[in-house]
Amino acid sequence: MVKVAHVQLCSCCGCLVSLADTYEKLLDVLNSIELVYCQTLADAREIPECDIALVEGSVCLDDHHSLEVAKEVREKAKIVVALGACAATGGVTRYCRGNQLSKPVHSSFSPLTEVIKVDLAIPGCPPSPEAIVSVITAALNGDMEYLQPFAELAENGSEACGCDVINKVVNKSLCMGCGTCASACPTRAIEMLDGRPNILKELCIKCGACSVQCPRIRFPELIEKIE
Amino acid sequence: MNPFGAYKKVVSARSTLKEVLKKAQDGGIVSTAFIYGLENNLLDGVIVADNAGEFQAVPKVATTPEEVLEAAGTKYTVCPNISVLKSAVREYGCEKIGVVGTPCQVRAVRKLMKYPIGFRHVPDKIALIIGIFCMENFPYQGLKLIVEEHCGVKMEDVVKMDIGKGKFWVYTKWGETKAIKLKETHPYEQIACHVCTDYTAELADISTGSVGSPDGWSTVFIRTAKAEEIFNKMVEDGYLEVKPIEEVKPGLGLVEKLAKTKKEKNMKEIGHRKELGLPVPY
Ligand SMILES: Cc1cc2nc3c(=O)[nH]c(=O)nc-3n(C[C@H](O)[C@H](O)[C@H](O)COP(=O)(O)OP(=O)(O)OC[C@H]3O[C@@H](n4cnc5c(N)ncnc54)[C@H](O)[C@@H]3O)c2cc1C
Ligand code: SF4
Ligand code: SF4
Ligand code: SF4
Repeated sequence: MVKVAHVQLCSCCGCLVSLADTYEKLLDVLNSIELVYCQTLADAREIPECDIALVEGSVCLDDHHSLEVAKEVREKAKIVVALGACAATGGVTRYCRGNQLSKPVHSSFSPLTEVIKVDLAIPGCPPSPEAIVSVITAALNGDMEYLQPFAELAENGSEACGCDVINKVVNKSLCMGCGTCASACPTRAIEMLDGRPNILKELCIKCGACSVQCPRIRFPELIEKIE
Repeated sequence: MNPFGAYKKVVSARSTLKEVLKKAQDGGIVSTAFIYGLENNLLDGVIVADNAGEFQAVPKVATTPEEVLEAAGTKYTVCPNISVLKSAVREYGCEKIGVVGTPCQVRAVRKLMKYPIGFRHVPDKIALIIGIFCMENFPYQGLKLIVEEHCGVKMEDVVKMDIGKGKFWVYTKWGETKAIKLKETHPYEQIACHVCTDYTAELADISTGSVGSPDGWSTVFIRTAKAEEIFNKMVEDGYLEVKPIEEVKPGLGLVEKLAKTKKEKNMKEIGHRKELGLPVPY
């Protein structure tokens, strides 16, 4: 039995809902895993030693408790997964500049990937249930080839924004206008104009889905095996 | 170098549907497969490139054979077909989606199926991926310039465009035909096409194009078990006529030659970009 923990930092539970939204697939996965910690779904107070920790949310740097939990997860888990945009890239919390009405003051948030060493990062707001299941399954099977892009995102991808497809693809004359980025965007911040993505900055929540889905940014060889 | 990617069989084929043959680019394989799929409940929505007037292309989710027919024929310009994939699921409620696209678009679909970060409940609804052969594509302004400046035809008068026999052809509603050497069109190509090494949509379920088969016929690669089943049923039910590829002219040799040319030329461009320190798709 592989021990899995779901740890929540500063987030909205959307990623957890996505994890739970795997319907029958979750049951498949649950047959081989034991959910040892999850504040919403399991009754456990302490984060136990575990094989995989799925960490949702960014880290509030004004809240030492938040920082301690992040550190603790790193110590207790063999594999730390930054689950969702907030943990992976900062997501919508990148906009926080304080002055919220609630107290104590929460004014600064960093993605988990900038606070501790993370093994795998799954961007997206939230990431699809299918992606979560694929990552957990690959981790259970030690399928490092499949996981490689997630490992790269954990290593280098601590920022994301719709501009990524402009800077990394369109500006490098690599964009062929497939429209995948526009379809991937959860807030419809991308419209296609003359066969190129146009980013509506006001709508972008910096989830990173557009750039990870672009076939011109990263195209793992295993995708070539279609049957 | 493997020129075509993996496939189960390759044939020359043509639709038997008169209304398709009237509008289709070549043998009408794409439109016929989609119409067959919709009529026989194998598909409930298909993503096509609609003609938005004067050969501008817009992606559309078609749910009826009439809409498929309206969108038949090639538009030699960028059409972001995949941009409407999620709305096919969410807004149209499709559960069995057919997608047609250029090889790069087919690759995009395969990537999002394997790594569906931003595509919740979408991958399992993709039922059939049809790829069309592609050497290069043109931004719309480039295409317009080719047609209006080089061929001397007003865009509003064009009924069909075609690439074949080393030329770019334009057919007008007045029954005229204009052609220029393909070489003259190269400066207007989308530069992103120059790092693309896929000619025959190697990751599609079915790939089709005109090259290799006689006028009015299509060369068809059947690549997956799912595609084989659908294709065989279409033939059994009389939607398609089929000839062995060995019996038609110019035959597979020409497809192979073009596929290899594209790979070699664009691998060179990728190498060149690497030398300059520019990013390449990897
Ligand atoms: C840019 C481009 C370059 C091509 N280059 C070659 C080539 O070098 N050699 C070759 O043999 N064939 C090429 N083709 C394919 C060929 O033109 C036909 O599309 C193909 O043979 C299918 O014809 P059909 O009669 O079976 O399809 P039809 O029944 O006519 O249906 C064609 C389908 O393709 C869709 N479509 C049209 N334009 C686009 C577009 N721009 N992007 C995405 N989907 C589109 C239509 O909506 C329609 O559903 C190219 C096509 C394109 C779009
Ligand atoms: S443009 Fe859309 S998909 Fe891209 S980062 Fe912004 S919200 Fe996410
Ligand atoms: S996903 Fe397609 S349209 Fe978007 S940036 Fe990448 S290549 Fe261009
Ligand atoms: S040449 Fe390649 S990149 Fe360009 S449109 Fe055709 S398939 Fe896409």
